[in-house]
Amino acid sequence: MDVPHLFILNESIRNLYFHVCMWFSMMILFGVSVVYSIKYLAGFNLRNDIFAVNFAAVGSFLGILGYATGTIWANYTWVTDQNQSLGSILKEPKLIGAAIALLIYGAYFVLRGSFTDMDKKARISAVYNIFAFAMLFPSIWIIPRLVGSLHPGAPGSDSGNPALNFKDIDSRLRMVFYPAVIGWTLLGVWIATLKIRIQLIKDKTLLHD
Amino acid sequence: MTKFMVRYLLFVLFMSTSFFSFAQEKPEMADAMRSNGKIYVVVAVCLTILIGLFIYVFLIDRKISKSEKEV
Repeated sequence: MDVPHLFILNESIRNLYFHVCMWFSMMILFGVSVVYSIKYLAGFNLRNDIFAVNFAAVGSFLGILGYATGTIWANYTWVTDQNQSLGSILKEPKLIGAAIALLIYGAYFVLRGSFTDMDKKARISAVYNIFAFAMLFPSIWIIPRLVGSLHPGAPGSDSGNPALNFKDIDSRLRMVFYPAVIGWTLLGVWIATLKIRIQLIKDKTLLHD
Repeated sequence: MTKFMVRYLLFVLFMSTSFFSFAQEKPEMADAMRSNGKIYVVVAVCLTILIGLFIYVFLIDRKISKSEKEV
């Protein structure tokens, strides 16, 4: 597949199929997780809590992969080839926002681990999960788009807003990008369902429904 | 003698210019990631994801074998 020929990015534009897909699948899995949390709060069925926590776990894993791949990509496009100083990278709102979002989800697992009572654990972590999902939007979608950033999507950047405006992605990239998002998401869902099935077998005696 | 001096000076001049121009050249060091239009950045990203996935699946596998012993 041919890709747009751009300065600085060069062939590394193909990272769109990996780095960006990680974040998209993470959003979808966190969305599924929050739906199960709300379902748990509606009926207090522990089965829904197991679904919620495992989708959140795989979602955070994809988020960590998204962060790791982003650091590699940024190293060869921002740091060296645009002569950005370490200070401007550390001030990068997209990186700070993504780190905050992942840390909020990290706190979700810490919170879960600190309870011994299963029902209390499920109930409080379900409420916290809704809060964590709500915090994703300002920290990774809105704030980096309001303030200046090296990351695409910032106001006045040459690359436009490729994640939200589909007209800003080249049609050749879209042909691979959208199926790739679906594929990575399905892979994440598959791993999550494996984890859920293990947990369901383990907690068979607790669930009895 | 003067002929020798001129030759010698020319030789030194030539050497120094060649040395100078050599110093001006960009040193080629550890630029593999930037060769072939930065395609190796994509390779590094793919490998990161693959290794990450393998580690994650391996950890899940270990968890399953642990609970298999308990049953």
